[in-house]
This record gives sequence, C-alpha cells and structure tokens, in this order.
Amino acid sequence: MKNISGAEAVIRSLISEGVDVLFGYPGGAIMPVYDELYKFEKEINHILVRHEQGATHAAQGYARSSGKVGVAIATSGPGATNLVTGIADAQIDSTPMVCITGQVATYLLGSDAFQETDIIGISTPVTKWNYQITKASEIAEIFAKAFFIAKSGRPGPVLIDITKDAQFEMVDNFKYKKCNKVRSYISIPETDSKSISDAAALINKSKKPFIVWGQGVILGNAEKEFTEFIDKSGIPSAWTILGLSAIPTDHPLNVGMLGMHGNYGPNKLTNECDLLIAIGMRFDDRVTGDLKTYARQAKIIHFEIDPAEINKNVKVDVPVLGDVKKTLKKILPKIIKKNHSSWIEKFRELNKIEFKKVIDTEYNKTSGGLSMAEVIKSINQNTNGESILVTDVGQHQMVACRYTKFNKSKSNITSGGLGTMGFALPAALGAKIGDQKREVIAVIGDGGFQMTIQELGTIFQTKAAVKIIILNNNFLGMVRQWQQLFFEKRYASTEMINPDFVAIAKGYFIESSKVSIRENLNKEIIKMLNHDGPYLLEVIIEKEENVFPMIPTGSSVADIRLE
Amino acid sequence: MNNTNYTISIYTENNVGLLNRISAIFLKRHININSITCSESEISNVYRFIIVVNVNDLQILKLVRQIEKQIEVIAAFFHTDDETIFLETALYKVKSKSLFEERQIQNIIKESRANMVTVKPDFFVIEKTGWRDETEDLYQKLKPYGLLQFVRSGRISVSKKSMEISKFLK
Repeated sequence: MKNISGAEAVIRSLISEGVDVLFGYPGGAIMPVYDELYKFEKEINHILVRHEQGATHAAQGYARSSGKVGVAIATSGPGATNLVTGIADAQIDSTPMVCITGQVATYLLGSDAFQETDIIGISTPVTKWNYQITKASEIAEIFAKAFFIAKSGRPGPVLIDITKDAQFEMVDNFKYKKCNKVRSYISIPETDSKSISDAAALINKSKKPFIVWGQGVILGNAEKEFTEFIDKSGIPSAWTILGLSAIPTDHPLNVGMLGMHGNYGPNKLTNECDLLIAIGMRFDDRVTGDLKTYARQAKIIHFEIDPAEINKNVKVDVPVLGDVKKTLKKILPKIIKKNHSSWIEKFRELNKIEFKKVIDTEYNKTSGGLSMAEVIKSINQNTNGESILVTDVGQHQMVACRYTKFNKSKSNITSGGLGTMGFALPAALGAKIGDQKREVIAVIGDGGFQMTIQELGTIFQTKAAVKIIILNNNFLGMVRQWQQLFFEKRYASTEMINPDFVAIAKGYFIESSKVSIRENLNKEIIKMLNHDGPYLLEVIIEKEENVFPMIPTGSSVADIRLE
Repeated sequence: MNNTNYTISIYTENNVGLLNRISAIFLKRHININSITCSESEISNVYRFIIVVNVNDLQILKLVRQIEKQIEVIAAFFHTDDETIFLETALYKVKSKSLFEERQIQNIIKESRANMVTVKPDFFVIEKTGWRDETEDLYQKLKPYGLLQFVRSGRISVSKKSMEISKFLK
C-alpha cells in the first residue's frame, strides 16, 4: 500500500489482526490515530470509556469472554499512566492485551514536554513486552510482533508507545505480515516425553491423587482434554479462582475451590493426598498458604507452559512443560482408568461439614439481613449457570466465586492475582462486548463500584446490556473482616457513607432499583434479568457478615477455619 | 541458606530499554547488583550482559529463569567463580610529583605488574587487570600517596564450559 500515514498504518495493522473493537480515550498525542478511527468507524468500533483505567479493564473483560486479544488505546502522559493498573492486572492474570499509547514527538523526547511521560520505563515491569515506535516504517512489524507476543505461550499485556511524528509520517510500502516467531522468544517450551511417562507412572500408582487446576486450562483451550483426563483417571479435582468454569460446577469430580476462602475439603486434603497434580496454575500464596507446610507429604507433578513457574514457589517432582492441551492429550493413553471413590468421599464428607457450618446458614438464610450468598442463589436459580459472572475484589468476590454455578467455560471474570478494586464494572462492559449473546452479570461491592463508577457513562452510551448488582454493606467488607479478626475490631476507615446508587444509575439513564427485603429479592433479580438493556440492582446486605472458610495469612491450608 | 557469588551471562537482542527490563527483575526482588557490564558478543548484533550478584542457590535459579523469560533475551546462564575465567580492570590516576618524590611508588608498580598508560607533567595513569584482590591490593598500596582518581570496571568473564546459544538463533 502506497503513501499512507503512520496513523493509518496503525489502523490497518489492527484490522489485519482482526481487531474490531477498541477501548480508549483520545488526547493530544494520539489524535492522528483517532482521526483515522473516524474514517474507519465501519471497521473498528471505538468504545469511549470515561477513564483510561476503564479501557484496560474493559479490554481484559473482552479478552477473557472472547478468547481474543483485548486492545486499549490512550494518549501520552496521564492517559498512559492511567493504564498501568490494568496492565499490571493483565500481567499477573495472564490476559492477552495490547495497549497503544501516543507519545510526544521524537524531537521532544526527554524534554519534559507537555504530557510527556516515560511509559516504556513505567510499564516495563508489568508488561510481557513493550516498544516505542519513532518511525512509521516500524509500525507493521511491531504490531504483528505485539499481537503474537500478547496471545502466544503464556499470554500477557504488551504496550506500544508511538510518537506523534511517527503517526503523521508517511509510509511508502505498508505491508502487514502476521508474526508467528520471534527468534529470542520460546512461546511454548518443548515437552520432554520422559516427563509424560514419569507423570503417568506416578498417577497410575497413586492411591490418593489430587488435581489442582487453574486458568491455564482455559487459556490453553484445553477444557475438553482436561475433562477427558479427569474422567479417565477418576481423580478428585479442585479449581483455583481463575480456573473457575473450565468444567461445569456440577461435574462429579469437581470438589470445589482452593485458596484462602475456598472450600474446606480441597484445602484440608491438599495435605493428605499422596500425589498433587497441578495443571495450569502457579501456586499463588492465596492458594498455598504457608509453603513450609504445603503438601509436604505428596509427590508433585506440575503441568505448566511457563518454565519460570517451575519450582518458583513449590518444589515439584515432575515438571511437565508445554501446552496443556497437548500434554494432557499425550498423557491420556498412558493413564489407567480408575475410580477413587473412597478417596473422593473424604472430600464430600469435609464439604458436608462446610455445608452445615457455613453454606447452609448463609445460602439458605431465612431470617435477619440479606446475605451475599442468597443473592448468588437467586442468580443461580434464574440463570441456570449460563451467564458470565464478573466480580470485583473483596468479600462479594469470594462469595460469588464460591457459590455461582457454571455450565460453560470462560464464564468467570475476576481480578485474581492483583486484586484490583474497580475491575468489575469496566470488565463487565468489555465481557459483554466480547460475547454479546451471553448474559453478563457484574457482582460488585459498594467500595469497588465507586472506584470506576464513571464507567456507567460508557455502559449507558454503548447500551451494553450489563446487569450490575451492588452488594452494599456500607463497609469495605474484607478489610473490616480482617480488622474484626486480627485487629481487635478497630474499624479504621472501613465504614462508608454511600450515595444513592439508584439515583446515580438513573442519572446515567440506566434502569435501577434497590432491594433490602428477602421476599423481594428473587422478584427483583428476575426483573433485572428480564430488562432489555443495562440494569443496576442495589442489594442492601447484612452489615457485618464474614467470609468463611478462611485460611489466615501465613497459616497452613490444613488449618482452614470454618468460623 | 548461604549466599554465593554468581556470574550471570545474558545474551540479548540489541534493543533500547532492555537494560531497564533486566535490572527491574533484580529490583522487584530487592537484590543488589554487584557489577554489570554489557558489550557486543561473539555473534554480531547479539549483546552480552555480565551481571555479578551474591545470592543463594534458589534465588539464582529463579532470577535466571525470569531473565530468560523476557522476550528479547536469547538465553541466560549462571556460573560460580570456579566455573568462569573472570577479570576486572582498574585505572589509577596519581600525581606525577609523587612518582618522582616517592621512590617506593615505582617499586609498587613494578611488583604489581601494572601498566603505565600515560605520563603527563602533572599526573600519570596506571592500569591493572586481574582479580578483585589484585586491583584492590594495588589500590591499598597507592592510597597513601594520594590517588587523584580510581576506577574499577565491572567483571568480564568467559565460562569454562561452552554456552550454546546458536540453537536459539535459528
């Protein structure tokens, strides 16, 4: 293509990568690209967020519901720095994302020009890769590389910074060629066939094997291979918070959620299994608790795509490197079909204790203030596990993740690793745009909601039919819980005097209602789900509810508390 | 766990910002870099960083894996002192007056097998290449005579065993 501007080259590169939606915010240093977006509005739908952080979370939500690369775009300086939280979130949760930032003209670099900031320097520790383009001729190659890096191997965020002069500069021979190899980058490590047979041998002789799996199963599109593997091996399996929805909640071998607020059985029995098989997960401290006492009795197998994760937190006996879709396929014929029914029964027994002590009282509550679990119960009853759950961070997140029923993969979108309050509202918008056919329900606390509340404006403008549930306890609930348990109830700065959320939603012309009475809850949920368009439901919940079970920080998984 | 001196050798592409990306890995883990050098390697346009750190055997494994994970890092290796041939270079700038007035200085230079790089009317510069204790020894000996300037390079080293990077460059 002859004589096109760098800005047009940017748009043509995006189109070549199949990008049809951008989340962004314009500004001085990115204006040439926006000018091209005006011309290409039929090809690319630009969604104008209300703050650049919202653009990154929306791109993350989009990536996680669609399986494609999410793209966020912003100007230089504050536009760029506002992206940082979302980039860090995408990095730690392995979300494929490309961020594009404008930059001051090349001759101004380093002069402290208006809205100049070193976004390459700032974003380096939280990006998989980043690059500053100063010549229009670099655009095609760098964009191709960026998309390849963002989505290949263990996915992650990439940032491309483009100086304003490079956007104006003309390119003579624009030609876009997709990238599938970077010589210094091994996207998927080679699988040692011995590791497969060693793992199979351990699995076949194990009496009490236990599978813990994470988002790797979803990112690797390995849901089918994973299900075949557990079905044949008959091994009880537990999901991490990011592994949620990879298989249906009701799968007979699913024994629940791991981690600080996970289920009783899988946490306790981590320290009783004789073989721990980790699949596409990274032994986060919220999953392992105290490492010195974590699964010490067990042999450990780790299926993982990222060699840097092997032995990072937990010493493993057999690492199985590679793409989990392929490694699970390879190991399947080597596995003896088994049925570990008496061992699985142990999980069921412990989970029964949890049901009696925790679940029954909050999920089937009949008196007193509304519990968070009841709200999820009502959602479950009315959506049949078909909707996408988007959560923010805190108590509501733990409760929603514990109780929501899933039937389909890619149905759970949350900020797991970084724990970013304010994630849910923009992520829900992105998730809806990423998969328009599905119902998207955002469950958000009153604290986190107010961190990115401005994105109601974006939801209103785009008419994205996101259902928003605010679980309002007028507290930063998780911090308050810790204050109650570990700081002798000194509730320092956790009580919130909140605005009228219904009125705010109405101010954005979003249908809205509020419920605080048990009898009306289900009715209100149904009304929300039946509404054609976005809807906000504020639910007033019990003020001082605690989330249990709980593994206190630094404790062993076996010391999980039920009260 | 005991800390050891490790020499990390990193082969990289020649890109702006890569030093920042590599040093950020040490910063994130609160690990101090003892010395760092970078130059073009035996392969044209492939650069080689040599970083010396004092860490334990688990830390070094994790550090090198994180470094290797960076997109533009071709390969990274680590070695103990026994596994490498390593040197540092030091320059010493001394007042010329003391060279003539203090006879002892000439003996020191001779014994240390240092080289005279330049002699000017008001100062002279000597160079010593060797191990840390050798350059340090000369520093201590010259110090009483008034060093105008002293500088020591980071470590450069080659490994005794080969580091295969050509397979990564296919």
